[in-house]
Amino acid sequence: MTESHVPPPTADLAALGRRSLVVGALFTLISLVGLATNPAQFYRSYLVAFADVLGVALGSLAILMLHHLSGGAWGLVIRRILEASSRTISFVALFAVPLFFGLKHLYPWADPARVAGDEILRHRAIYMNPTGVAIRLAVALLLWTVFAQALSRMSKKQDEAPDAGLERKMQLVAAPGLALYCLLVTVVAIDLLMSLDPHWFSAIYGVYVVGGQALAGLAFTLLACLFLARRGPMADVLQPRHVHDLGKLLLAFTMLWAYFALSQFLIIWSGNLPEEIGFFKDRLTGGWGIVSLALALFHFALPFVFLLSRNFKRDLGRLVWVAILLLFMRWLDLYWLVAPAFHPGKLSPHWLDLTTPVALFGIWLWAFTRQLAVRQLLPVNDSGLAAALEVHAHD
Amino acid sequence: MKGILGRLFARGVMPEFGTPGPRIAGGELPAHLYGVIAEFANAEELLHGVHEVRKDGYQVMEAYTPYPIEELNDAIGHGPSRVPLLVLLGGICGAIFGFGLQYWASVIEYPLNIGGRPYNSWVSFIPITFECTILFAGIAAVLGMLVLNGLPMPYHPVFSVPRFQLASRDRFFLMILARDPRFRAGDTFRFMETLGASHVSDVED
Repeated sequence: MTESHVPPPTADLAALGRRSLVVGALFTLISLVGLATNPAQFYRSYLVAFADVLGVALGSLAILMLHHLSGGAWGLVIRRILEASSRTISFVALFAVPLFFGLKHLYPWADPARVAGDEILRHRAIYMNPTGVAIRLAVALLLWTVFAQALSRMSKKQDEAPDAGLERKMQLVAAPGLALYCLLVTVVAIDLLMSLDPHWFSAIYGVYVVGGQALAGLAFTLLACLFLARRGPMADVLQPRHVHDLGKLLLAFTMLWAYFALSQFLIIWSGNLPEEIGFFKDRLTGGWGIVSLALALFHFALPFVFLLSRNFKRDLGRLVWVAILLLFMRWLDLYWLVAPAFHPGKLSPHWLDLTTPVALFGIWLWAFTRQLAVRQLLPVNDSGLAAALEVHAHD
Repeated sequence: MKGILGRLFARGVMPEFGTPGPRIAGGELPAHLYGVIAEFANAEELLHGVHEVRKDGYQVMEAYTPYPIEELNDAIGHGPSRVPLLVLLGGICGAIFGFGLQYWASVIEYPLNIGGRPYNSWVSFIPITFECTILFAGIAAVLGMLVLNGLPMPYHPVFSVPRFQLASRDRFFLMILARDPRFRAGDTFRFMETLGASHVSDVED
C-alpha cells in the first residue's frame, strides 16, 4: 500500500496560508477603521462573520464524528481535512473575545436600562446575562476542542501503529460527541443569535444552525479536496465514487437545511401569532424579502437542481462551484438571521458586512493550512482504507 | 404456454448461418435461434468473457448474475439507464399535481376564509406538494423500471436452457443475441467456447 502514504503539499499549503493571512490582516485593518467610526455596525457585522467561521470549523467536527460512527470510504479520504479544520476550533475561540467588548451594541439583555424596562428580559436575566453567556460559550468551545483534540490524537496514534481497538475508541468518543455537539450548538445559537430579538423564540432554531454548519463544513471540505487534488498525490486517491458520495451528502445537507428552514417558516406562518410572526415580518418586508427569496433560490433550489444530476456529483471540478455558492449562502443565511434584528423592515447593507468575514476567513484559512500540513493526508492504518482506495475497473 | 406467450413477448430471428460444426447433429442449426449463452463460474470470468466478446466486435448481449455486479452495466455497453429521467418527469408531474390540487380546491372551487389567510396559502401547500413529488417519482421509478425491462415477461427464450435456473443461485451467464450483426450461428458458438465458460448452449426461441 505505497499509494496510501500521501504527504501534504507543505510548500503549497504554506504559500496559500501566507497569502490568506495577508488578505486577512489587510481586511482586519480595514475593518478596524470601521470599528473606530461605527462600533455598533462593526459588532453586528463581526457577529455574522464569527458565526460563519465557527460554523465551518464545527460543521467539520460534526461530519468527522458522523464518519467515525458510520464509516465509509467517503469519510476516510477527507478525514484529515476534517481533523485539520476541527483542530482550529480552539483558534476560532479567540475570535469570540472581541464580541464581549460589544455586547451592549448587540443584545438587549446586555443593556441594563432595557432589561429594567422590560418584564420578560427582567425575568430572563438570571440566565441571559453577559457572565452567563460568556461562561456557556467558553464551556461549549472547550468541550468542542476536547472532542476535536481527542479524535485527532487517536487518529495520530493510529498512524503510528495499526490498532483495531483505537477505531472502536474513536467511535465511543464520537457518539456522545455528536449528541453533545447538537445540544451545545443549540445553547450557543440561542445565546448569540436568537437572543438578538429579545422576545422571539423558535424551538427548531438550534437544529437549523446545526444543519447550516454541517453544510458549511462539507462545502469547505470539498474546496480543500480540490486544492489537494490539483496539487499532488491526492489526485490519484480521490475517485469519482468518493466525490459522488460527498456530492450526495452535500445534497442531503442542502435538503436538511431547507427542511429546517421551511418547518420554521411554515409553523410560524400558519400559527400567525403576534409573539412569533414578527421575525418573518421583519424578514419579508422592506427589501429583506429579496434576501429571503435569494436564500430559497440559491441556498436550496439551485444547488438542489444541480446536485440531482449524477454526473454533476461525480465531477469535483463542477461540484466545487456549488460548494462555493453554498459557502457564500451560509454567510447570507447568518446575515439574514442577525441583521434584520437591527434594521427591521429595511435592508441596509454596510461595507463592514463584507470586510469582517473576509478578515476572519483569511486568518482562519492560515490556521487551517498550518493544521493540514502537519499530517499525511490519509489514515494509513485504518482497517477500511484498503477497500476505500480499491480501484474498480469501470469506475 | 410457451407457444403463445413466448411468441408474444420474445420474437426470435432467423440466424445468419456460419459454418455448422461437428457438435451439431447432422450439421443442422436450430431454425429459430435466439442467441448463444455461456455459463461462467464466477463474476471475474464473466467480466473477462464480456471484455473478450466486446473486443471481438459483438454489441447485442445480455448477462445474468445471481447478484448485481456494479461494473457489468458499463462493461456490457448498455449505457446510462433512462430510469432517472422518468423519475425526474414523475417528480415534476407530482409537484404540479400536488400543488394544483390544493390550489384548485382552496382558491377556485372551495375558497374559504381561514383566519384571514390568503386563499393561495402556498406555504401550507408545500408539504403535500413535496409528498406528491416523492410519490409520483417513486411510482415512476418502479413503473419505468418495469416497462424499460419489458416486464412482466412470463416467458423468455433463455428458459429453454435447463441450466439457466442456476443464474439465480451461483452461476453467471452471458448471452449473445442472434440479432447482433456479427452473430453467425455455429461460429459464435465456437467463439464462446474459447472464453473459459463451463457450458455453452444455443438458446432456441
